[in-house]
Amino acid sequence: MSSEILKKILFTMVRIRLVQEKIAEKYPEQKMRCPVHLCIGQEAIGAGVCTAMDKDDYLFSNHRSHCHYLAKGGDLNAMIAEIYGKATGCAKGKGGSMHLVDVSANILGAVPIVGGVIPVALGAAFGTSLKKENKVTVVFFGDGASEEGVFYESLNFAALKKLPIVFVCENNFYSVYSPLSVRQPSGRDNVALARSFGIHSKKSDGNDAEGVYNAAKEAIEIARSGNGPSLLEFDTYRYREHCGPAYDDHLGYRAECEIKEWTAKCPIEIFRNKLLTDNAVGQNEIDFFVKETVLEIEKAFEFAENSPFPDSDELTKDVYA
Amino acid sequence: MPDIERHIDFATAVLEATDQCMSDDKSVFIIGLGVTDPKGIFNTTIGLEAKYGSDRVMDMPVSENAMTGVMIGASLVGMRPILTHQRIDFMLLALDQVINNAAKWRYMFGGRQKVPIVIRVLVGRGWGQGAQHAQSLQSLFAHIPGLKVVMPTTPYDAKGLLISAIRDDNPVIYIDHRWLHNITGPVPEERFEVPIGKARIMREGKDLTIVAASYMSLEALRAAEVLEKYGIDAEVVDLRTLRPLDEDAIAGSVKKTGRLIAIDGSWKACSMTSEIVAIATEHAFDKLKAAPVRINYPEAPSPTTPALANLYYPKAIDIINPAFGMLGKPSKSEEEVGIVYRNPLDVPDRTFKGPF
Repeated sequence: MSSEILKKILFTMVRIRLVQEKIAEKYPEQKMRCPVHLCIGQEAIGAGVCTAMDKDDYLFSNHRSHCHYLAKGGDLNAMIAEIYGKATGCAKGKGGSMHLVDVSANILGAVPIVGGVIPVALGAAFGTSLKKENKVTVVFFGDGASEEGVFYESLNFAALKKLPIVFVCENNFYSVYSPLSVRQPSGRDNVALARSFGIHSKKSDGNDAEGVYNAAKEAIEIARSGNGPSLLEFDTYRYREHCGPAYDDHLGYRAECEIKEWTAKCPIEIFRNKLLTDNAVGQNEIDFFVKETVLEIEKAFEFAENSPFPDSDELTKDVYA
Repeated sequence: MPDIERHIDFATAVLEATDQCMSDDKSVFIIGLGVTDPKGIFNTTIGLEAKYGSDRVMDMPVSENAMTGVMIGASLVGMRPILTHQRIDFMLLALDQVINNAAKWRYMFGGRQKVPIVIRVLVGRGWGQGAQHAQSLQSLFAHIPGLKVVMPTTPYDAKGLLISAIRDDNPVIYIDHRWLHNITGPVPEERFEVPIGKARIMREGKDLTIVAASYMSLEALRAAEVLEKYGIDAEVVDLRTLRPLDEDAIAGSVKKTGRLIAIDGSWKACSMTSEIVAIATEHAFDKLKAAPVRINYPEAPSPTTPALANLYYPKAIDIINPAFGMLGKPSKSEEEVGIVYRNPLDVPDRTFKGPF
């Protein structure tokens, strides 16, 4: 893999982490008045997958979409303004953190109904296929979504029509506080499930950015060459609470040893150390990038805070085209 | 309406509108269970696959919810899908995609995208369709901002509203009634639009307003013909669109007549009749000469046996007697007013032999 790509993945992850941490830091100010689902700890998946995508490819996501949005090239100012409920937000403040969109970056939407976005993404893939456009659609969802009916319905139709889509399941083992053990039979295997539909499928470590990129690259090439859909499942871990800026480990719903194990596997630290060891990136480059990015983020928050709220006549605008 | 020589039936009008829109716009395609089968959704899709190919005229998996989402996604990238279900009951499986996504995609993303899809569904009736094949769920969808809901009665409106629905940039639920399919009427061969959101006065009158939609508008017309014999001049307002509702047409007619009978082929609570009566009282309160009357289905699922189904659906006499009451006349029986049924009550006409 070229060092350009390696660096891009690393810097994408670092930028996403810095944005999230800034949101977490400023959230208690009570100016961001919508739920936020931070993806701190899960950055490798969005960064790896989106780096493997073309700009023209479509992306759809779920309630935990900050990572995917930024990795695909979504506008940072518009995202922060959206979370602040401002008119300059990517959805004019009508969506908030759970409804990020940037059509110019081919991010066609993120929605928080679990699994609800999967068939919509599939429809984009169906549409491009009908129009004979050579575009791939990627949809991100969590382990909970793989329990929804539309997940199976979508695998079925994707396989039936050999559609150019990559289903990406980010398995962080919990749906809010409910662990996999109370939701799925032990030994359930999404890879085997997808393969039973004739869909290419792989499971790998979601905290290994390079592995994610390679798996995504392969799946995207399969889709682009007309060989149909893929399901990629990546195990990962969210470091903070399901929704909100804080840690919630005191609640005891996750075992201490499990938290420790995953904290030690920080996707950014692992990848940064690897690239430094391999001389693919220099510490000074990283330091410079962090310094620049911190400034960029400061400016995005200033932009958001200084932006106006939507006018009152926006209340009933945009209901119909 | 100008004089139109050609008469076709409702099903043919639906087919013709679909055909013409597909011919005009390559982004229009039609998909649904049975679209390509030998029955072609009660003859409304017959011949389309041969003409436009299997990329534009398609059957689909029995996955109503996902397939609705798929149509939303296809519309986001420039297609204009028509999704059909042979019964509106089946659409309940897709409420998540219809209400959470189709109706809200534009608003929740700040107007950045549009969702031009048509979901064409049929209401069943008679021949023992029963509790899960004869529901009328129009008010459920008419409740939701972001959706448009149309419900044509005549072949003319069937064609014009379908063309409008396909050309509209919003999700439109197009509800047609199985019992209207054999009804014939004047329909121009050329393309034309019937505007969404506009009711039509089917029959002008000065004594009483009857507001209805779809098959119930025909019952209203039958009632109005009988009432005329007793010197009562009833106006029949056919809603045609349930969302956005033509409040001006309803209020305007009630202001003129001072009396209102609202009919909705559906259950009473939170139904279209609730809405119609509310509009009349909000906008024509001082013109009302009598309390409005609502006519709906009994508060029970649709029964299968003809013995009970015949009691379930409101008939002309059920409209005539409340009208008599409002105008101070005594109730009469069907025999007295001269209503004779030449067909069994559980079929729309002699040609209908079941099974669905």
